[in-house]
Amino acid sequence: MLEISPTEWTAILLSLRVAVIATLVATPFGIALAWLLARRDFWGKSVLDAIVHLPLVLPPVVTGYLLLLTFGKRGMVGAWLADHLGIVFAFRWTGAALACGVMSFPLLVRPIRLSIEAIDRRLEQAAETLGAAPWRVFATVTLPLALPGVLAGMVLGFAKAIGEFGATITFVSNIPGETQTISSAIYSLIQTPEGDSAAGRLVIISVVIAMSALVAAEWFARRATARLHGH
Amino acid sequence: MLRVDITKQLGEFTVAASFTSEGRVTGLFGASGSGKTSLINTIAGLLRPDRGTIVIDGETVDDTTAGIHVPTYRRRIGYVFQDARLFPHLDVRQNLDYGRRMNRLADDPAQRKRVVDLLDIGALLDRRPGKLSGGERQRVALGRALLSKPRLLLLDEPLGALDESRKLEILPYLVRLRDEAGVPMVYVSHDAAELRQLATQIVMLRHGQVTAFGGVKVLTATS
Repeated sequence: MLEISPTEWTAILLSLRVAVIATLVATPFGIALAWLLARRDFWGKSVLDAIVHLPLVLPPVVTGYLLLLTFGKRGMVGAWLADHLGIVFAFRWTGAALACGVMSFPLLVRPIRLSIEAIDRRLEQAAETLGAAPWRVFATVTLPLALPGVLAGMVLGFAKAIGEFGATITFVSNIPGETQTISSAIYSLIQTPEGDSAAGRLVIISVVIAMSALVAAEWFARRATARLHGH
Repeated sequence: MLRVDITKQLGEFTVAASFTSEGRVTGLFGASGSGKTSLINTIAGLLRPDRGTIVIDGETVDDTTAGIHVPTYRRRIGYVFQDARLFPHLDVRQNLDYGRRMNRLADDPAQRKRVVDLLDIGALLDRRPGKLSGGERQRVALGRALLSKPRLLLLDEPLGALDESRKLEILPYLVRLRDEAGVPMVYVSHDAAELRQLATQIVMLRHGQVTAFGGVKVLTATS
């Protein structure tokens, strides 16, 4: 029961790679967007906010299909990226990472946004009176104070990315060794007569990863509070 | 030298002030709601005047007809707020060093030692702001503002959040600052006694308007 087969290992490692890349690439965008939503008022802000949250409420298969239409081989963006930069998403692990990044984006952005909103803006004002230009205020005051929120967002985004199923399988299918993540491996296994025990092992691994991520996110959130109070 | 001649509309409230001060400590005196904080924030550049000019140390930092508005971070001012506003993620030493780093000034250990000694904060350097008393925080905030080498130090009710005994603890430091630091100050207070001890010139504000300007004796007329 506890023996993990090579195919299962491949799926686990692929899931980890996809989730790590998705999280790392999405984080800078997440920080920028969180700051924009927390600190700026602009025309269309509520529309942008809704778009960010869309993957949370849309059926994942819809998100996956939209990704396929946009980033697929014949998609507007996908064709351009393939021709000009040689980046291909369709039926590749990179596509799985893109799908996971998009699906986990709302969970990534939310804690960052909340931690930026919680920062006392008078501290940023004080930094400005001490000679800090706006981008240095961000780098030396806003970002360090929001860091626990950033880490919490990354952990949550990572946990979501590693469990993503619907959008990934729609966009890049279920190819062992290329796009077959833990979720799609479980899906395949429970459709085969002898797959139960293997599926069981992957289920346990999913639960462990998800639980660890939630505990870590909670810990970072507590650190954030302590940091804001200057202890 | 500080020259102010501005009007600023804030909702229903209008601040209109015009004065020139050569004094070492210009006291802005008035009840709460008289526009003191709005005025000092305008001098700091945190608020932009609707009309008028502000000149600090010979440099025009605001001139609405010429379209000049120097942003706060380029005004080379120091600002001590009523709530010290120390950076909670930095220890006292890093807080003190912040303005020097942001203004890209060379490290000046002699100056730092002078300020640390003047304010008696040498024992606090490794602490986080969360572990300081209100009075200690305010002394560190004074040091932090001074060490950015400002040409004008703005203080907005720096004793306002402290109880009576803490006030008496800080007041002598402010007197020393006035006599030894050599930086002109604008000191906002609603406490005439405090200003009598510190200020060399008084701007009296009422409902956003300057009602009197002169030496500390103008305070006697009202209280």
